[in-house]
Amino acid sequence: MEFAIFIALLIVLALIVMGLYNGLVGARNRAEEAWSQIDVQLKRRHDLIPNLVETAKGYMKHEREVFEQVARARQQAIQISGGADVQKRAQAENVLTGALRQLFAVAEAYPDLKANQNMLALQEELTSTENKISFARQHYNDSVLELNNRIQKMPTNLIASAFNFHERPFFELEEPSERQPVQVKF
Amino acid sequence: MLLSQQIATNRRNTYLLVALISLLLLALGAALGLFWNSPGSGIGIAILAAFFLGTFSYYQGDQLILRYSHARQIAKHDNPQLFNVVEEMAIAAGLPLPQIYLIEDEAPNAFATGRDPEHASLAITTGLLKKLNRDQLQGVMAHELSHVQDRDILYTMMVGVLAGSIVLLSDYVTRYLFWTGGGSLRRRGNRERSQANALLMALGLVLIILAPLIARLVQLAVSRQREYLADASAAKLTRYPEGLASALELIANDSHELRVANRATAHLYVVNPFRNRKLAERNSVFDTHPPLKERIRRLRELR
Repeated sequence: MEFAIFIALLIVLALIVMGLYNGLVGARNRAEEAWSQIDVQLKRRHDLIPNLVETAKGYMKHEREVFEQVARARQQAIQISGGADVQKRAQAENVLTGALRQLFAVAEAYPDLKANQNMLALQEELTSTENKISFARQHYNDSVLELNNRIQKMPTNLIASAFNFHERPFFELEEPSERQPVQVKF
Repeated sequence: MLLSQQIATNRRNTYLLVALISLLLLALGAALGLFWNSPGSGIGIAILAAFFLGTFSYYQGDQLILRYSHARQIAKHDNPQLFNVVEEMAIAAGLPLPQIYLIEDEAPNAFATGRDPEHASLAITTGLLKKLNRDQLQGVMAHELSHVQDRDILYTMMVGVLAGSIVLLSDYVTRYLFWTGGGSLRRRGNRERSQANALLMALGLVLIILAPLIARLVQLAVSRQREYLADASAAKLTRYPEGLASALELIANDSHELRVANRATAHLYVVNPFRNRKLAERNSVFDTHPPLKERIRRLRELR
């Protein structure tokens, strides 16, 4: 009889551990999925830039410096995107965001460029990609918060340390002024 | 309420709804069977009907609703900005990109339907697209995706299809009993039997009258709280409550009536398609949606 109770308790305990473990795995997978979404959108932005530069160059012949700045920032961001260091990537992407903003600010002075259909379409795509990056970041940070909460809180923290679950870093932007997605206006 | 709790509640409500509708069908079938003098066949038909109706509503309900609303599917190149806005919100909510449908109608409105986020559809009227700017559109799309996220779409789809078909069915049965009822009772010789039949027929009639009422009540039970909730989740997704608030304001001031909506689909829409401006100000128990003024006020308080 006592043995049966003991076994029943063991089973209940195992079920609880299993539930907590599965919860952790779910949270980790959600965070990873959210991260891959950021990845997709950052890559999309890298891919859009050559198009944008190509279209704008025809109109802005005397703005070499701006284009070089964008190209450099893009190159830098692509290089760093191979590694897994979240902080460094965020920094490089911030530089790229700044360079793009500069480009759009300069483009303000070219009315022909503003009317170009291709440019308008690119502008919508880029604005949307910026938005997607910031929404993906928002979702990633929410997922990371949930994961980290689980890893730190009792009693899940015992299981997390037993099975080697690690906290993930947030994807942060440095300056508060850069928390807003870029508003591209012509 | 936590998201997982909302999802669980919607699933449970869906089971309850299907059970309730099945019971209703069984009772109708039994009443009809007794009227035919063979309760078994009535119940058998009812079980089959419940099974097929349930399966059909679950897998094909969204298509039925979309077709019923004259919605036509569009691809990204038809409207890149709309797709971008929806995609942005799907990313913010961590959901797959839903299918997007357009409804040719001047009345600004939208709804979401489908059995789960992997099989979700958004329908937007051309009037909505015309009137809203990007931020406002984003607010409305976030509202719809919140319905997708917490599985409101499953429950409201089942309510729409099941309640709609119960109303239709009881219409048929009422007509059937009305036209054939008196005659077949008179033909029967056995007095006791005809007495029993009359009793059962009365019961059947009560059921038939109750059915649409029950269906309507189920439909009413769904909407108000979940609209407030979806508004709040939308604000959380966009981090900009003013977008949705000003969109609702624009919609409130619009005088077009949505032609394609009917009683079975009204509860799906972001704003009540049958709003009569005077009635809309009253917080009546029989409204499927909370008053717009109140929704706008709550959104603006979030800031």
